Amino acid sequence: MNFLDFEKPIAELEGKIADLRHMSDGDGINIAEEVSRLQQKVERRIRETYAKLTPWQKTQVARHPDRPHCLDYIKALITEFMPLAGDRSFGEDSAVIGGIGRFKGRSVMVIGLEKGHDTESRVKHNFGMARPEGYRKARRLMEMADRFGLPILTLVDTAGAYPGVGAEERGQAEAIARSIEACLRVKVPLISVVIGEGGSGGAIALAAGNVIVMLEHSIYSVISPEGCASILWRSGDQAQSAAEALRLTAQDLKRLNVIDEIVPEPLGGAHRSRDAAMQAVGEAIERHLSQMVKEKPDVLRTRRREKFLAMGRNGLE
Amino acid sequence: MNWLTNFVRPKIQQLVRPREVPENLWDKCPACEHMIFHRELEKNLRVCPHCGHHMRLGLKARLELLFDGGAYKRIELPKVAEDPLKFKDLKTYQSRLKEARSKTGETDGIIVASGQINGQDVVVAAFDFSFMGGSMGMAVGEGLVAAAELSVVQDSPLLVIPASGGARMQEGILSLMQMARSTVAVERVKEHGLPYIVLLTDPTTGGVTASFAMLGDIQIAEPGALIGFAGARVIENTIREKLPEGFQSAEYLRDHGMVDMVVRRHDLKETLGRLLGLLRNRGPVGEVVTLPRRGAEADSAGRSKGAEILPPPAPDA
Repeated sequence: MNFLDFEKPIAELEGKIADLRHMSDGDGINIAEEVSRLQQKVERRIRETYAKLTPWQKTQVARHPDRPHCLDYIKALITEFMPLAGDRSFGEDSAVIGGIGRFKGRSVMVIGLEKGHDTESRVKHNFGMARPEGYRKARRLMEMADRFGLPILTLVDTAGAYPGVGAEERGQAEAIARSIEACLRVKVPLISVVIGEGGSGGAIALAAGNVIVMLEHSIYSVISPEGCASILWRSGDQAQSAAEALRLTAQDLKRLNVIDEIVPEPLGGAHRSRDAAMQAVGEAIERHLSQMVKEKPDVLRTRRREKFLAMGRNGLE
Repeated sequence: MNWLTNFVRPKIQQLVRPREVPENLWDKCPACEHMIFHRELEKNLRVCPHCGHHMRLGLKARLELLFDGGAYKRIELPKVAEDPLKFKDLKTYQSRLKEARSKTGETDGIIVASGQINGQDVVVAAFDFSFMGGSMGMAVGEGLVAAAELSVVQDSPLLVIPASGGARMQEGILSLMQMARSTVAVERVKEHGLPYIVLLTDPTTGGVTASFAMLGDIQIAEPGALIGFAGARVIENTIREKLPEGFQSAEYLRDHGMVDMVVRRHDLKETLGRLLGLLRNRGPVGEVVTLPRRGAEADSAGRSKGAEILPPPAPDA
């Protein structure tokens, strides 16, 4: 278990419990009572801490290495998954996972950004930072889903699109623009879930959906707090202030009517009870999807577009 | 206080008061470092007469340059919610807005105008880089939506001229949403069969490039303009090496297939006029020139009589 800075008291208590358990293994002293007392204390502590996370703390939770990532969700929620690869013009980008599978029995197209969970997989998936070929692959798969009437589920978890020479050379901006365009063009249901970090253009490229769902402790922002701080505060140390100012939490975004639903996370965040978190996301998707599949294709597209056009016009203040 | 009000204040006022003689009689070309007489530079559309370097051109001068006789009608843009996040960094967003407004005399960073280019109706949405770096927030997004709507209503092509550092961070997620909103806007223009032309000027970066600005039917760029997704500094910090010469310049983008043409400022109007004519007035117009028939006698004007289909070339022996 990786603990975050502000989880130190929780870590200490859990350490104590582990020590007690270890001791009891040795000399058979009955410490059950003490353990359960401590456990209650830990739980209370977690509940208190997570009930009032600051935007900066949420940013850390959203980036937590133990949080379920795109491939975990696919494994938990999708059956018969067939991954598909390549943009058909340059290459395959493993930062973007895409493929067909079944969600609750229904064929769907799943497209997501995968950060990886250990050094090897992080390098393989480029830490979830997609290159142009990744966005072009996403676009290709969205168009294909449109052709076959497959609903599209996108799972967003990225610090942002990859900033590199090759990426610029091959038209990162154009690739993102076309991916947004594809999101807004398809006539099938498009549900986007921000499962961790929704980083700027690299995120909206996959998230211009009919419905945008965010996990309770996920974030979605025009720029990372660190980037914002270094530009506006001229100091990367002010990331905390930037996180506050940017209003990047799921709760803020719901208030701004930019997202449609917040999926509550299990006690202490998705990384503490991964399965429960993924099931909760599955239920939210199912609820929206079962409604949307009844709609006519044209209506789905028109509503999606109208929704973005109306965004920010109403519902402020 | 007397000394302050009677002596210091007039002294300061004297320092900041506009002088009778303009201070900047001369400009220095940042490329070839030649000194250029200010009025000569303005007359030459801010293109260096020595090396052809294109300096940034003010928005109004640009509109005057493009529209026939320099005449156009400005469209009043809808009001938007101001400072939706109550954003504050080292300064409040409100005060930054106020500053930009008094500096430019405009309410925000975009102008929508309608007029004619070479006798053809066109709607132009042009960014004002001097207004907070042309950054795209609600007001700019709304301007693009209005421009697209006008273009559809008037059945005229849409020309967008970005000059922007990207999204306006002070509007947080709502500025990111402009990427989707502007994409919906230009999509409508395209669906009405109207040409959508983008003229990329210095600089066009970030979320602006990664949305509507890369979706033109025709992409034109001014010589030397900086066009890219990620900032050069961000890329350098990521890859930890120097960037190649000419990286993210208009010519670099053309060479990498991202823009159709790089056009000198003096030729812009003519180029746009011809493109609009070719796309809108599909003819036949003017004198129809037919290809000479192989082996047939051409008339005195060098034209063959009647249209003939040329036989395929003989295969190589």
